[in-house]
Amino acid sequence: MSVGIGGRLEARNLAKTYELKSGPREVISDFNLTLEPDTLTVVMGPSGCGKSALINLLAGYEDPTGGEIYLDGKRVQGPGPDRLVVFQETALFPWLTTFENVAYGPKIRKELKGANLERTVLDLLKLVGLEEFRDKYPSQLSGGMQRRAELARALINQPQATLLDEPFRGLDALTRSLMRDYYLDLFEKRKGTHLFVTAELDEGLTLADSLVIVTNRPATVKKILKVDLPRPRVEAIRAEKEYLALKAEALELLHEEAIKSFKAGGLNSADFVGAYAALA
Amino acid sequence: MGNGGSISVKEATKVYDPDGAKVLALDRCSLEIGPGEFSVVVGPSGCGKTTLLNAIAGFHELTAGEILLDGQTLSSPGKPAKPGSDRIVVFQNGALFPWMTILENVAFGPLAQKKMTVPEAREKALKTLETMGLTLIAQDYPGQISSGMRRRAEIARAMMCEPKVLLLDEPFRALDALTKIVAHQFLMEVYDAQKPTVFFITHDLDEAIFLASKVYVMTTRPASIKKILDVTLPRPRDYRLLASLEYQRLKAECQDAVREEALKAFSAGEREM
Amino acid sequence: MPITKRLTKALKSVALRRGLISLALFFISWELCARFQVPILGAIPAPTEVLASLAHEIVSGYYWRSWGTSLARILTGFVIAQILGVPLGLLLGFSRKAKEIVFPLIEIMRPVPPLAWVPVSVVFWPSAEMSMIFVTFLGAFFTVVLNIVEGIAAIDVRYLRAAASLGSTRRDIFWRVMLPASLPSVLVGMTVGMGITWCVVVAAEMIATNTGLGYLTWRGYVAGEFPLIVVGMLSIGLAGYLSSALIRRIGLHFTPWLSSQ
Repeated sequence: MSVGIGGRLEARNLAKTYELKSGPREVISDFNLTLEPDTLTVVMGPSGCGKSALINLLAGYEDPTGGEIYLDGKRVQGPGPDRLVVFQETALFPWLTTFENVAYGPKIRKELKGANLERTVLDLLKLVGLEEFRDKYPSQLSGGMQRRAELARALINQPQATLLDEPFRGLDALTRSLMRDYYLDLFEKRKGTHLFVTAELDEGLTLADSLVIVTNRPATVKKILKVDLPRPRVEAIRAEKEYLALKAEALELLHEEAIKSFKAGGLNSADFVGAYAALA
Repeated sequence: MGNGGSISVKEATKVYDPDGAKVLALDRCSLEIGPGEFSVVVGPSGCGKTTLLNAIAGFHELTAGEILLDGQTLSSPGKPAKPGSDRIVVFQNGALFPWMTILENVAFGPLAQKKMTVPEAREKALKTLETMGLTLIAQDYPGQISSGMRRRAEIARAMMCEPKVLLLDEPFRALDALTKIVAHQFLMEVYDAQKPTVFFITHDLDEAIFLASKVYVMTTRPASIKKILDVTLPRPRDYRLLASLEYQRLKAECQDAVREEALKAFSAGEREM
Repeated sequence: MPITKRLTKALKSVALRRGLISLALFFISWELCARFQVPILGAIPAPTEVLASLAHEIVSGYYWRSWGTSLARILTGFVIAQILGVPLGLLLGFSRKAKEIVFPLIEIMRPVPPLAWVPVSVVFWPSAEMSMIFVTFLGAFFTVVLNIVEGIAAIDVRYLRAAASLGSTRRDIFWRVMLPASLPSVLVGMTVGMGITWCVVVAAEMIATNTGLGYLTWRGYVAGEFPLIVVGMLSIGLAGYLSSALIRRIGLHFTPWLSSQ
């Protein structure tokens, strides 16, 4: 397995407006972001701010209403195995076993066959600790195992960019921290260009090379924080002065956007405005 | 006000017996919660946290041991606690009555206990709703308001009874991390006003440390207390606290304890969700 | 768990004992009602009479031929319904154009209960046998088609997106995603459809012919052999249960991911 296969993914002046019955709704506006090869970029913003829409545009599931997406300087449109998505709460095919799920991509593209395919899949399953579970269906795996299988299914295709849309959402906090370590280890060993969306600040800061804070709808880049902490990262960095300073800065920015989102009636949060106004 | 009661759990043991397959959910679990203490219990999923909450609330009978409230036996084998208005539960998924307006829901407790007349209960409910910033939705049905708003109305309903103990089972589970920060400040305000004893279950460590006076880390099943963490962070607390060194230190300490248990649960093949 | 162990465990369970007590009480009060000629209820033949009649029927060729004819009708109608219904459902689910053309027609035909077709199909088809198979077919056909269409519409878009990202062609998406993803609802459609075909065939047999389990029951009524009516009813119930169970069993074999929690 090669190391450092990441491409440069660029979003230039990206915009998306949905035409709803109630009128047009601008979800993303003038969004500019470059993912440097073999870096991990974390995107954070209030819920309902358009992060999932961003992933859908980058993956090619939806067409932007403005702007373009470039991969290594070449314009890309529509979905493809060069930009793979790891979904919220997994999208493993329930009717395939772990092995079959991971093998799906190379098999249908006829890139790998027979013993070759088997070996590649098994190597990857070993890396994510699932070799004993190769013949189990997703419903037989625990939440954490499903996420690992999903990571393997994406990584086997050696995508130039991996897009992770809150991949650990729904896991309990403890499993989540174990999964984060797994993922961090995988990234630090294999590299690749990763975009990781999360709502957990400590998770984001521990993973990121750069942390992108996105404004409330319409989403645009509010600020990019460089996270120049040494790798491999360990839990202990969270007590370091640099880390705490970054966290304080990010908290201020995020809090500002969260409050804006409450006031604008953001998803499942508008309700706390009143209480918050009373406190502030 | 400070009307919180003290809870002591003594060697509480609970064995479930579905179809003859004995499952030990609680194993001689003891803890002491002082009056007005904000206690938060964390531990791996399925470890028996909810069993303990249910025993205190009076939904379950203990197999051995006992639970005392203000020195009085609340629950012991053969004599389960009766659910009562001195211990109010706020459920994970919300349990407002869909067929009543928010005002009727909030006024329900004192009326059911025949502690107040209808006009009295109504007046007090309106006042409670006002202090919680919920006046505008008093006449709405639960189905007409958002989930976060429902959660707040439910806390209002609980506080109407001026309970000695407030039992919360992952009340903010459905909210994302950023929204939670605001929800927490709201809960803190309510707590500061009445100072009930709080028994709060979660598996979110940020939530636990931010809210708690004491964090109880539970072991995997059968549950018992593995570690007690005193959270001496000053009150009132606000979100900036999350970036302080003391906070990070407490979180790391808590995480280490919890992670050991999570790994045990993991290797025991426990389902995580 | 070995089957004997499971059985002893089931026998020990309180729920089962309560169920058995309720059944026993039911039969005892039924017997007593018949013995003491309780008004209205007493007209139903007693369980002992039914058992006697059953013992008599079970050794007669006529009884088993009735089973055979009914089963043959069900099977033919049901199989034809699957052969035509499954591909049609898949086509309608996969192609929006096909759905827009064909679906309105189905929506018009569907609300007409299959039994309402009996007179017209007796006139239309050359033999009573064919008309009965036709109504049986109708009973299963619409259920199957609609379940497949709904099943495909309900496929989580994430599966389609994941498949597209991984480089699937349209063909791959049909064979490797839509087909397996809709299989559970196809099976639900089949199970429900099987239930409907039994309703239909029994009624049709009472109206249009003099063979089959439906007619056997009807004959009991006409001839005043009341225990035979109950034997017929029980036989139909059992037949319906067995055929649904068979479909579920076959279904589990084709959807191993559903049974493996």
